[in-house]
Amino acid sequence: MPLQHKTKPKADENLRLIRYVDALAEAVSQEMERDPKVFLFGLDVDDHKAIQGSTAGLLDKFGADRIFGTPLSEDAMTGFAVGAAMAGYRPIHVHIRMDFMMLCMNQLVNMAAKSHYTFNGQVRVPMVVRTMIGRSWGQGAQHSQALHSMFMHVPGLKVVAPSNAHDAKGCMIAAIRDDNPVIFMEHRLLCNKEAYVPAESYEVELGKGRVLIEGNDITIVAISHMLVEAQRARKHLEKIGITAEIIDPISLKPLDIDLIVKSVKKTGRLLVVDNGWLTCGAAAEILTQVIEKLPNGLNGKVIPMARMGFAETTCPTTKPLEDLFYPRGRTIAARAYELIRDDGATDWLPTSDERTEIEEFKGPF
Amino acid sequence: MADNKLIARLYEKMLLIRRVEERIAEVYHTDIIKSPVHLSIGQESIAVGACDALNADDIVSNTYRCHATYIAKGGDLNQMMAELYGKSGGCAGGKAGSMHLIDMPNGIMGASAVVGTTIPVAAGYSWALKQDAKKSGKQRIVLAFFGDGATEEGCFSETLNFAALKKLPIIFLCENNRLAIHSKIENRWSDRNIRNRVEAYGIETSYVGDGDVLKVRQSIINAASKVRTGNGPHFIECETYRWKEHVGPGDDVKEVYRNDGEYERWRANDQIEKFEKMLAADEVKKIKGNVEKQIKEAEAFASKSPFPSAEELLKNAFAA
Repeated sequence: MPLQHKTKPKADENLRLIRYVDALAEAVSQEMERDPKVFLFGLDVDDHKAIQGSTAGLLDKFGADRIFGTPLSEDAMTGFAVGAAMAGYRPIHVHIRMDFMMLCMNQLVNMAAKSHYTFNGQVRVPMVVRTMIGRSWGQGAQHSQALHSMFMHVPGLKVVAPSNAHDAKGCMIAAIRDDNPVIFMEHRLLCNKEAYVPAESYEVELGKGRVLIEGNDITIVAISHMLVEAQRARKHLEKIGITAEIIDPISLKPLDIDLIVKSVKKTGRLLVVDNGWLTCGAAAEILTQVIEKLPNGLNGKVIPMARMGFAETTCPTTKPLEDLFYPRGRTIAARAYELIRDDGATDWLPTSDERTEIEEFKGPF
Repeated sequence: MADNKLIARLYEKMLLIRRVEERIAEVYHTDIIKSPVHLSIGQESIAVGACDALNADDIVSNTYRCHATYIAKGGDLNQMMAELYGKSGGCAGGKAGSMHLIDMPNGIMGASAVVGTTIPVAAGYSWALKQDAKKSGKQRIVLAFFGDGATEEGCFSETLNFAALKKLPIIFLCENNRLAIHSKIENRWSDRNIRNRVEAYGIETSYVGDGDVLKVRQSIINAASKVRTGNGPHFIECETYRWKEHVGPGDDVKEVYRNDGEYERWRANDQIEKFEKMLAADEVKKIKGNVEKQIKEAEAFASKSPFPSAEELLKNAFAA
C-alpha cells in the first residue's frame, strides 16, 4: 500500500526515497558535522548492526570519542549524559528497546527534567534519548512497551514520536538543537519504511503536528506506528464513502492541540488511536484537551469522540493474542464508522488488512 | 608542618561553615528558613581539606548535605542564605532550597536530594572536561562528594566501572559518617572495607580515618595530580561524624541509633578547636570577626532580597 507520505511532493532533485533509519543516521551525521559538541552513545551503537542501520557510518566518520558503545548500566549512563549536557555537550543516548528506560527513570525524571528549573537556569540539559518500541514476532511483555505517557507527565521533558522518515530526520535535528531533554520515540516496524527526505538539513519544529491526509467526516489522530494502521483504516472507510482526516501529532509534548481542534471543528468527530495503553495515556490527554477547548461541543451538540490503544494487559507473545492486543486498520475503521453512524450500530467490520510490515517482520530483533 | 597561612585559611573556612550552620540552627525555629536543612556540623574538615586542594576552575559535585562543600569550594554565601530564605536573590532564585545548592561560576554543581544520583552526573561532567582538554591542553577535574549510603545505590557501582573504563578525570570522595538517616553501617554493608570493593574495578584508593583536614587535603593533592594527568579516577574514603540529627537543627547524640562514645570521640578530635590552638590569639580574633561579619552580611542580603514574583513560577520549566 503506498503510504501518503511517500507521495513525492512537487519536483525536487534533493528528495530521495530513504528508510526511517537512514534518515536518522543522516540527521545525526549532519548535526555532528555542524556542532562538535554533539555525540552519540549507548549499548551497541558502534557494532556491525548499527541499531538497525540508524547509526551506520557514524563511527568511521566521527571516531570513537564521539560514537561509543557502553556497558549496560542504563541508570548511570543516563546520569552521564545529564552531566555531559550540563558541561555544554549534546548527548544522544540510544536504547534498542524502550522497556530498558525503566532503568533510567531516576536520572530522567529527577535530574534531566528538573535541573534547568531547580537551578534557575544555571544549567541546561540538552540531550536526546532515542528509544525504540518493539512489536511482533514475540517481542512480548518487555520488548514492546510504549511508555510515552509516563514521560509526557513530567514537566521539563519533551516527547516526540515521528511516524515517517521525513519527520524522523527533521525531528532529530530539532531535538538535538533543543536545549531540553527530548525523548525520541521510534518504532521497530517503522525502521525500514521509506519516505521522501530532503538531502539538506532541516528542522521539523517540536510542538507542530501535521494533517497527513485531509478528509471531511472524522478526524483520526494516530500516534507512531498507529499512523500506518490509521491509513489502512482510511482506505477501508473510503470504500463506503467516508473520508477520514488523518493527523500525525509528531510531537506529543508539546502537543499541537490547535491543529487537532481545527480539524475536529471541520469534521465534527474525533478518534484518537494511541500506540500505547489508554489509562492516563496520550489519547486521554488529547481528548481532554479537545474537550477543554470545545466545552460546549459543536453547534450545541456533543462531539462524538473515542479512543483506541493497546488492550489493558501485558503484551502476549503468541500471534493470535498479539493480533488482538493492537488496534488495526479494520478495527479502527469499524470504530470510526460507529462514531459516524451515531446510533451505536456495529454492523460493519472490514474483512482483512494489508499488513505488510507486520507480517514481514521476522525477528529476532 | 603546615605554614601559618594555610592553617589560618583552613581554620577560617571550617569556622565559617560551623558558624553559618550554628546560626541556621539558632534561627530555624523562627521559620525564616523555608527549607529542610541537613547540617554538616562535625564534617567540615572533609569539605575544606578536599576543596583547598583543587584549582578554582575545578568542579565539585555534592549531596543534599551540601552547605559545607558549597562554602568550602567558594560558593557565594549571600546567595546561599537567600536560597535558604526562599528569596529571589538565592543561588537558584529560591526554587531549590538547602538540598540543591548550586554555584556554577564557582564550579559547584547542583546537588540532588535523591541519594547517589549526582555520582554519574559528575562522571558525565568529567568526561566533558576530558574532551575539552584535548583542545585546550588544560585538564580540569571533578571531585564528587557523596556519603556512605550513596555507595549502596546501583549507579555508584555502574559509575565506578565506566569511569575506570574511560579513565575519567574524577575523584570520588566518600564522606563516611556510618549513618544513613538512622541506619548504621553494620546493618547495611556486608563488607566494611569499601576500598576493596572499589579497587576491584581497577581504581586506586586512599583513606583518611580521623577527619584530619591536612591529611584530607594532602590525599586530594596526591590524587588530583594523578587524575589530572590521564591516569583515570581515584577513590578516597574519609571517615567523619555527623554531630546533628539527619535533618533539622536538633541534637540527637543521645539517641539509641548512635554507637556509644562515638560522638564524644569525634568531638574531642574537633579540627576547628585544634586549629584555633595553633594560631595566635589576635589572629583567631580577627578571623572570628571576619566570619561573623560575613554571616551578618549574608543574613542582611537574604532579608533584603524579595520573594520571587508570581511570574517566576513557570519560568525555566523548559529552556527557551
